[in-house]
Amino acid sequence: MEESIAELRETFRTGTTKSVSWRKKQLRALLDLVNENEDSIFQALDQDLGKSRVESYRDEIGIIKKSASYSLSCLDKWMAPKKGELPLLFFPAKAEVMPEPLGVVLIFSSWNFPITVALDPLIGAISAGNTVLLKPSELAPACMSFLTQTIPRYLDNKAIKVIGGGADVGKRLLELKWDKIFFTGSPRVGRLVLTAAAKYLTPVTLELGGKCPAIVDNTLSNPSKAKVTAKRIVGGKWGPCTGQACIAIDYVLVEEKLASTLIETVKKYIKIFYGDNLKELKSISRIVNQLQFQRLVNLLKDPHVAASVVYGGSVDEEKLVIEPTILLDPPLDSEIMNEEIFGPLLPIITLKNIEESIEFINSKPNPLVIYAFTENETFKKRILSETSSGSVTFNDSMVQFLCDSLPFGGVGQSGFGRYHGKYSFDTFSHEKSVLHRAFYPELEPRYPPWTNFKLAFLKLAYALDYFGLILLMSGFRKS
Amino acid sequence: MGIEVEKKAGFDTESAKEVVKELRASFVAGKTKTYEWRRTQLTAMLKMMDENEPQIVAALTDDLSKPELESSIYEIAMLKNSCKLALKEMKHWMMPKKAKTSLTSFPSSAEIVSDPLGVVLIISAWNYPFLLSLDPVVGAIAAGNAIVLKPSEISPSTASLLAKLVKKYLDCSCIKVVEGAVPETTALLEQKWDKIMYTGNGRIARIVMAAAAKHLTPVVLELGGKSPVIVDSGINLQVATRRIIAGKWGCNNGQACISPDYIITTKDYALELVDSFKCELERFYGKNPLESKDLSRIVNSNHFARLLKLLDEDKVSSKIVYGGERDETNLKIAPTILLDVPQDSLIMNEEIFGPLLPIIMIDKVEDSFDLINYSGAKPLAAYLFTNNKKLKEKFVEKVSAGGLVVNDTTVHLAEPSLPFGGVGESGMGAYHGKFSFDTFSHKKAVLYRSFAGDAAVRYPPYTAGKLRLMRALLGGSIMGIIRALLGWSKP
Repeated sequence: MEESIAELRETFRTGTTKSVSWRKKQLRALLDLVNENEDSIFQALDQDLGKSRVESYRDEIGIIKKSASYSLSCLDKWMAPKKGELPLLFFPAKAEVMPEPLGVVLIFSSWNFPITVALDPLIGAISAGNTVLLKPSELAPACMSFLTQTIPRYLDNKAIKVIGGGADVGKRLLELKWDKIFFTGSPRVGRLVLTAAAKYLTPVTLELGGKCPAIVDNTLSNPSKAKVTAKRIVGGKWGPCTGQACIAIDYVLVEEKLASTLIETVKKYIKIFYGDNLKELKSISRIVNQLQFQRLVNLLKDPHVAASVVYGGSVDEEKLVIEPTILLDPPLDSEIMNEEIFGPLLPIITLKNIEESIEFINSKPNPLVIYAFTENETFKKRILSETSSGSVTFNDSMVQFLCDSLPFGGVGQSGFGRYHGKYSFDTFSHEKSVLHRAFYPELEPRYPPWTNFKLAFLKLAYALDYFGLILLMSGFRKS
Repeated sequence: MGIEVEKKAGFDTESAKEVVKELRASFVAGKTKTYEWRRTQLTAMLKMMDENEPQIVAALTDDLSKPELESSIYEIAMLKNSCKLALKEMKHWMMPKKAKTSLTSFPSSAEIVSDPLGVVLIISAWNYPFLLSLDPVVGAIAAGNAIVLKPSEISPSTASLLAKLVKKYLDCSCIKVVEGAVPETTALLEQKWDKIMYTGNGRIARIVMAAAAKHLTPVVLELGGKSPVIVDSGINLQVATRRIIAGKWGCNNGQACISPDYIITTKDYALELVDSFKCELERFYGKNPLESKDLSRIVNSNHFARLLKLLDEDKVSSKIVYGGERDETNLKIAPTILLDVPQDSLIMNEEIFGPLLPIIMIDKVEDSFDLINYSGAKPLAAYLFTNNKKLKEKFVEKVSAGGLVVNDTTVHLAEPSLPFGGVGESGMGAYHGKFSFDTFSHKKAVLYRSFAGDAAVRYPPYTAGKLRLMRALLGGSIMGIIRALLGWSKP
């Protein structure tokens, strides 16, 4: 392991990864990798998570292709220094901010989007000119195996490496010095990563999760909008990896009187999208492993929680499948309402007045996303200014992930740092300021011995009071 | 038996908890979020400086024997500029920024909103105790946060003046100063903050970051390092020397994070450089620099002893070519230049942070880049004096540091359009100008969608046709979408 990292450091030192042609070559190779191995990727995702082809394309393959193409088309622009504007006082001078790679970076990816969350940060790290070690999650073993075998065939082995293995490998990696660590996963492990990074003062990006709420107001009274809302909620809960996603809708907040409308419409679309019952379930992923399966089943064990199930609840332990399940008002102090569900259970919490949803959300740690289905502009403004979350999406779910111009990241317990599009490039770069000065003119008052005149001069100079300076210099102003 | 002993209340974990609780309540109540509150605080800060300049200068003299000009300009005037800039630009900074949306999420609109982070902790340093305490506070206020400021106990007069002035001029329910040393800082670090900004050294930075890790708190670390100056031949030596002196001894007598730490020059040029230094140093500080009023003293006896240890090391003490005088009573060390110190000496392996300037000699000036990059730690700043265009280009391309300046030293600090921060051992994050505002904000992405335009392709049951269309939609080309709709692309 130490040898691999030494090689990455040496490769970085040679400057190979800094050239724009190297970076573009790697990005093109990554596109080739995905294009030429689509079937293998579909298979691996099916094996690890039971993801269907459309879901795999939409959430994994398509995302990576889009991200790599976008980076290729923007790379020259991103790498260009940004000019700064200087006041006259500095004349003649030139200021710019130059992005430069950080060096050797470590990327930890998670098991739920094992291709996207591994390769998308990799695209950012490559675009920014770094050497990279990627550690995919062992909890998605087919994908990890795919990545460890395929990446070396397409990308520059001396600069980009993949390492397999479990938590012990992760632990050893954290004992070493990196120039950046990018971590996607749970807050618990996020703390371990950050604590390890502190020993070397390594900057970190943490993409964590949280309980992402969906607020639904009286747009439900409008039948066609209610349909769209329900579809988007169903699509945003069970669509991504059957709820095992950091941006999946965790729970829904709705007014008491509209709860039954919501439940009925959501039930309808669950049946249309995924089938009527456990046996006929289709177009939906499964639970990743026994541990997660048990965890989810245990959430339903609490009798009060079990009593609140209004739809679904059946499980198939052998196939690791849990049917889409709706709960109505489980107790607020139950586990299901206090930890990130990360699975196909959807609690619906009713409120007397939908405006109370803001207080409800604020009583919990900052989520990664807040979803709000409303057309009330005042309510939208209140949500924006009175809550804090990584991001907010109005009247839809999940799609914000596709916007390359929007930063994707958390705040508070949902993480810090961000990526996607140019933000990926920035997160793996150091923005170096550069100031070019000339030898002339020389400002005498910069130098000691100090006098009152020099003090007056500098005060005016710092205030950019050019007129005052002229007065001082020509004797019309006392020092 | 009824004898009441008055116990001096120490600031412990309970006290720290109380402070955070109060500030969080203020923040949640929305006090710090309004534009008016932010503007009032910044205006009050300007007033505070206008009405207390002599007291601030006196405190800095007390703590550091800082020359009045340095206090007035590098601490007070810089801070005033920072406040004024924030006051002028804040409205603009606070406005949401529109973001582009693509065909894939059509129809939609998007923006990025700047949210305050919440309750932030700012731990500052002793060398520019006024500026480095309040400049981050300006950014935190502009971004709408509640703040605890912990000034350094190594500059106690300034710390206590800050506590007094902040209480008098700013909103105490939202901005507090906590004085103290290690126990108080530890108590503060145990709490949950929404951001911590620390200015200081790498050893404490690691402690700060480890404490922050427990709460997943993001940090900004403004540290230091050995900022090198490369001096090429064929330049205006007098101007270069003066600018190096201004950046070294003119900035708190070398006790500054971006002070030129050491010089790299060619063997052929070194003696000429040393002569130029001797000439200009005498011009600036006289024949008896220990008596010059224009040099700060060494901050305390610990640092004084540390610097003497660097100077008196056997293999180094013989390399002194100028200066070396010391006055222990007054904690003064004269500007000292050393020539050709060994690379493995103490003075070449820790940040000097004092009035000692080693000169390293190399054969070719281009060799300096590797020397810097191989030193093991990226510095906060790096400087180059040259007229050679190619050398400038190579310098900018090859040397990694927080910031670079060509043909001058330290002045980039005064330019708010340049982000000021380190990389690697010299720190993480940046501030000054809008970067301060950004560093204390959360940039929240907001996507607005409408109920119209709901593509069936998004929803199951999934079919080959939907897969085709999905490919095309993600591919983003209109032709691709049309072909998919007509069934002409692969499933």
